[in-house]
Amino acid sequence: MMAIRPALTRAEDPVVRRLRARAALSRGLLYLVAFAVLGVIVIPVLYAALGGFRDTGQLAADPVGLPDPWIFTNYADVLSTGSFWQQVWNSTFIAMLTTLFVLPTASLAAFVISRFSFRGREGVYTLFTFGLLFPVAVAILPLFIVVRQLDLLNSVIGVALPQAAFQLPLSIVVLRPFFASIPGDLEEAAILDGASPFRFYWSVLLPLSRPVMSTIAVLTVVTSWNAFLLPLIVLTDAGGWTLPIGVTNFSTQYTTDTARVLAFTTLSMIPALAFYMVAERQIVRGLSAGAIKG
Amino acid sequence: MLTARSQPAATRRSTRRKWPLVVAFLAPALILYLLFVIYPIAQGMRYSFFDWNGLEPLNQFIGLDNFKAAFADPSFTGALKHNLIILVLSLVLQLPFAMFLAVLLDQNLKGRALMRMLFFAPYVLSEVVTAIVWRQILRPGGLLDSGVSAASGSADVLWLADPAIVLYTVFFVLSWKFFGFHMILMLAGLQQIPDELEEAAAIDGATWWQTFRYVTVPLLGPTVRVSVFLAMIGSLQQFDLVWVMTGGGPVNASNTMATYMIDWAFRRSQFGYASAVSVIVFFLSLLVALAYQRWVLRRDIEGSLTAMGAR
Repeated sequence: MMAIRPALTRAEDPVVRRLRARAALSRGLLYLVAFAVLGVIVIPVLYAALGGFRDTGQLAADPVGLPDPWIFTNYADVLSTGSFWQQVWNSTFIAMLTTLFVLPTASLAAFVISRFSFRGREGVYTLFTFGLLFPVAVAILPLFIVVRQLDLLNSVIGVALPQAAFQLPLSIVVLRPFFASIPGDLEEAAILDGASPFRFYWSVLLPLSRPVMSTIAVLTVVTSWNAFLLPLIVLTDAGGWTLPIGVTNFSTQYTTDTARVLAFTTLSMIPALAFYMVAERQIVRGLSAGAIKG
Repeated sequence: MLTARSQPAATRRSTRRKWPLVVAFLAPALILYLLFVIYPIAQGMRYSFFDWNGLEPLNQFIGLDNFKAAFADPSFTGALKHNLIILVLSLVLQLPFAMFLAVLLDQNLKGRALMRMLFFAPYVLSEVVTAIVWRQILRPGGLLDSGVSAASGSADVLWLADPAIVLYTVFFVLSWKFFGFHMILMLAGLQQIPDELEEAAAIDGATWWQTFRYVTVPLLGPTVRVSVFLAMIGSLQQFDLVWVMTGGGPVNASNTMATYMIDWAFRRSQFGYASAVSVIVFFLSLLVALAYQRWVLRRDIEGSLTAMGAR
């Protein structure tokens, strides 16, 4: 590259300039497409959020319009019911519990798999990667029986434990190369200082792995927060419902009251979107790493 | 993958006191995984050979009858067909669209960080929320209908109630939720391609399309294959969105194998039969995975051989 155009900087290179001119020409078109897609993404969410400020009569008369007058009772009603807050809490608690189960189990396993040589290591790793293929849906019926046999129906543990188990494959696949890339010198120094392997894991490996561990935590929280099938089947008592179950139920219960359904749905979106704004980087990094390594 | 540097420590340790430690560290994850992932999958296979309602003792062995019944039931073969239609549409429409947007956002556009964030946002919303919002938008006289009638004067398409259309509506909403995910993957792949390669092609007189077709796409290969694989697995196992948005209806027109399975298990208490359906989903997914493994592994080996041969 240097040999071809040694004297010119990139900005004054005529070829690059011609390319730039052509790019500017098509730029307008690109923006047009981008904004069209943006509209299709944003309009449904805006429709739901604004719809919550209207009443069902307004929505039926003119689905497109702005609230006129603005009605606050839909949101106020939802926010003043105990069940909404109960469901927010249930979802939060289950997501935290799932993460609490995933982080230590996945990191200990990934530690052994990435830094010890032992017979059957690749076999164990393959067994874990096998799980990437199968979301909960495939195993849901026998899983229901297992949870029932353990007497965990209608308990948060009955949702959190299986969710953690299904989160292990992605977590281990993301953690392994990261753990393996930590220099062996550090480990040798720790061993010379008389540190046990667990001490090394706890005091050296984990502190160094904070970014990748937070990625795992964020992915687990998002997956757990959005989970539907497993909580649907394990949590049959209304008091234990998570938000996705609650939203579904609310929307069948108030089938005719569109505005109220939109208000409830919008409120249930807020925690996920807020979390996304805070943790976008971790989510994107985790998914890209998982996909590229997996 | 062990790095060369960590090898000595690992080898030294291999002489003594290794096994108790390996077992102790692996055990929590392995027990959790075996109990809640592997064991249920194996149990499901066992149930699939029985006529069983989920409560009685498991003693009515009926061999392959559940499988025969499934393939003889037009509702099941219909559901299988719907999964395959979603799969094919995802590959020919959703992924190229995602790739197009990834390439677009890889340009130096103003506001591309914001666009990337918004395009990906539907992925973090649950399928349940997505389904409920879109059900409101698509209902007769809803937002879409009033948009369409403003443009063309009439709106008589029943997006969710017409059996001939509902599956394509479902596919559209699925794409709304998932294209951002594939776009993000491909964007990550694109950012690993050095700009110099595309510039060099342009300097050699390649058109934009030629550069895209002969430089970008081949180098994006590994990422595209991952996307293809995930889209296929996801299409075969689709449940949440269909269950909430259409319930598989009208008259089974949007059933997937998973909604069919849950319906038979929990509404009709036919656990044996439903397990047979889940085993079919399992093996179809496995088939896709094995084909993918073979395809990707062979490609990767070929790639490295030609690279070595060229030098």
